[in-house]
Amino acid sequence: MAIYALKRFGVAILVALTVSMITFSMVYISGDPAITIAGEGARIEDIENIRRYYGFDRPIIVQYFDWLWHAVQGDLGRSYGLRQPVADVIFERLPTTMLLGACAITFGLTLAIPLGVLAAVKPNSIFDRAALTLAVVGQAMPTFWFGLTLILVFGVMLRWLPITGQDSWWNFVMPAVALGYNVAPAVMRLTRAGMLEVLGSDYIRTARAKGLRPMTVLFKHALRNAVIPVVALAAVQFGFMLGGSIVIETIFQINGLGYLAWESIQRKDLPMMQAIVLILSIIYVVITFLADMLNAFLDPRIRVT
Amino acid sequence: MSDRILTVEGLEVSLPVPTGTLNAVQGVSFHVDRGETVCIVGESGCGKSLTALAIMDLLPKRGRRVARELSLLGDPIVGVPEATMSDLRGNRMAMIFQEPMTSLNPAYTIGNQLEEALLRHRKVPRAKARERAVHLLERVGITAADQRLRQYPHQLSGGLRQRVMIAMALMTGPDLIIADEPTTALDVTIQAQILHLLAELQREFHMGLVLITHDLGVVARIATRVVVMYAGQVVETGTATEVFGAPRHPYTRGLLDCIPIPGKTKRGERLGTIPGMVPSLVGHIQGCHFAGRCPFTIDACTEADVPLTAAAGSAHEVRCIRADELMRSGFQIVESVA
Repeated sequence: MAIYALKRFGVAILVALTVSMITFSMVYISGDPAITIAGEGARIEDIENIRRYYGFDRPIIVQYFDWLWHAVQGDLGRSYGLRQPVADVIFERLPTTMLLGACAITFGLTLAIPLGVLAAVKPNSIFDRAALTLAVVGQAMPTFWFGLTLILVFGVMLRWLPITGQDSWWNFVMPAVALGYNVAPAVMRLTRAGMLEVLGSDYIRTARAKGLRPMTVLFKHALRNAVIPVVALAAVQFGFMLGGSIVIETIFQINGLGYLAWESIQRKDLPMMQAIVLILSIIYVVITFLADMLNAFLDPRIRVT
Repeated sequence: MSDRILTVEGLEVSLPVPTGTLNAVQGVSFHVDRGETVCIVGESGCGKSLTALAIMDLLPKRGRRVARELSLLGDPIVGVPEATMSDLRGNRMAMIFQEPMTSLNPAYTIGNQLEEALLRHRKVPRAKARERAVHLLERVGITAADQRLRQYPHQLSGGLRQRVMIAMALMTGPDLIIADEPTTALDVTIQAQILHLLAELQREFHMGLVLITHDLGVVARIATRVVVMYAGQVVETGTATEVFGAPRHPYTRGLLDCIPIPGKTKRGERLGTIPGMVPSLVGHIQGCHFAGRCPFTIDACTEADVPLTAAAGSAHEVRCIRADELMRSGFQIVESVA
């Protein structure tokens, strides 16, 4: 287990480094940063000054390692737009996004996994068809459209839930549902497929031959095996969700990383964008690492070799 | 009658298939007394595995079973609530399956899976269950049982896993064990060991054993009684001596001809085969099921369903209208026909 964890950790570090390189070079792919900062109609001397001031005149490799050296110390540069250290702004906004993400994935999984299990236990039943319908709808609906529809129905027409802001838990209901529902279809279908396969397996027959109660057979013997691929998928879906949070936070005016990303893009605030992408990527890498660990715990074939 | 463990009377199993209803088992009857080994033999698809699963009530979801009588220790086990069945399963009757490689749950240790079998049915502390698991693993010939309990199925070979399955079946000290081709998936050298182990344990624990197998050599040695199945029906049943010494059904005869006998079969000599194919069991077959492949078929064979009839003064039963006639002629008619 320790060796496996160490290996996965090493891979995670490498992925994080690669991502940092890509995020760093983003600035240059999008054009000369000095010209961008100077703005339209700037004089050549001003651009040159800016270039020297921010150190854009150095070789890119040097710049990268300089940036990386500061980044690992928690210094992600200064925001062009907000005139504040990027790290301060990010760590102020991060908890909100994490909270939203946690609510959304919890909603998505608690919707998807029980429905997937139910659909597999009673294939082609009314539950199965209902679950399939929910999955197709969820997969087909764009997040932003679903978010707007929720606002229209529950915020404007029924007036049940607050539309924007983050003053209470009620504010998180619609965004979490909009974001989490997007995660549900794939997870639900994979849970169903996995359960169907596991329920037809020989060791389930053995469990029944031992006279075990149906609930023991279902939850102890079947679900644990069926959920292994679901864990990996849920981690990937969480990544998509982080991307989706940019749209959702903007729609619901939630002051998280997603909203910050949208603001920064509008302001062409490069260090901020760079840092947000990096932080989101690292969160994704960490989640994937945790999913790997959870799977190793669930499946001894991964853990014990 | 207290020694009667299992009674199967007129067991029918049917499965829906795209083309209709598959009548996989058609009126199978046999019984097992304490201390007996009853072997069911027959080729693939003859319904022997489904017979076993039907007794355990473990048929595939859409499978249907009916029987005039199906009882364990005198109590009916057909038409009873699932709760009653699951109290008996793994408790009074246990099953060993064909595929040891996939019959254990990969996510749990051997120990967990063994203990679970006992803890479900007996109010004993976990430590006691563990003790019993160690004892039984040692009994089925697994060394370092303590460490094995902490291992996962994927760390064990097929032979070891089947021993674990056998130990698991013994956890509650059942009255009946049904072993469905327990050695098919194993190496030849392991096969004999496992079958001998089963025979030994059956004597030691004084259980009833239903053994489904292809290995007629083993059957001849360990069977109290033999049930020969063909296309969903019992075609011949009797003691091992009766069935193997004087087979009365052309199919049994054919089966035995397919086995080389050391010292008797000459090198290079062709082993027997039974020509033709097993008939489809979808729908109803008129008359003898074996008629299409039997060299002795006459018109009367397919005119009416053939009953299982006992030879005078014995329990040796056969489902063939020409059995007596063929026995007298020593199965020689074939030559004149061919």
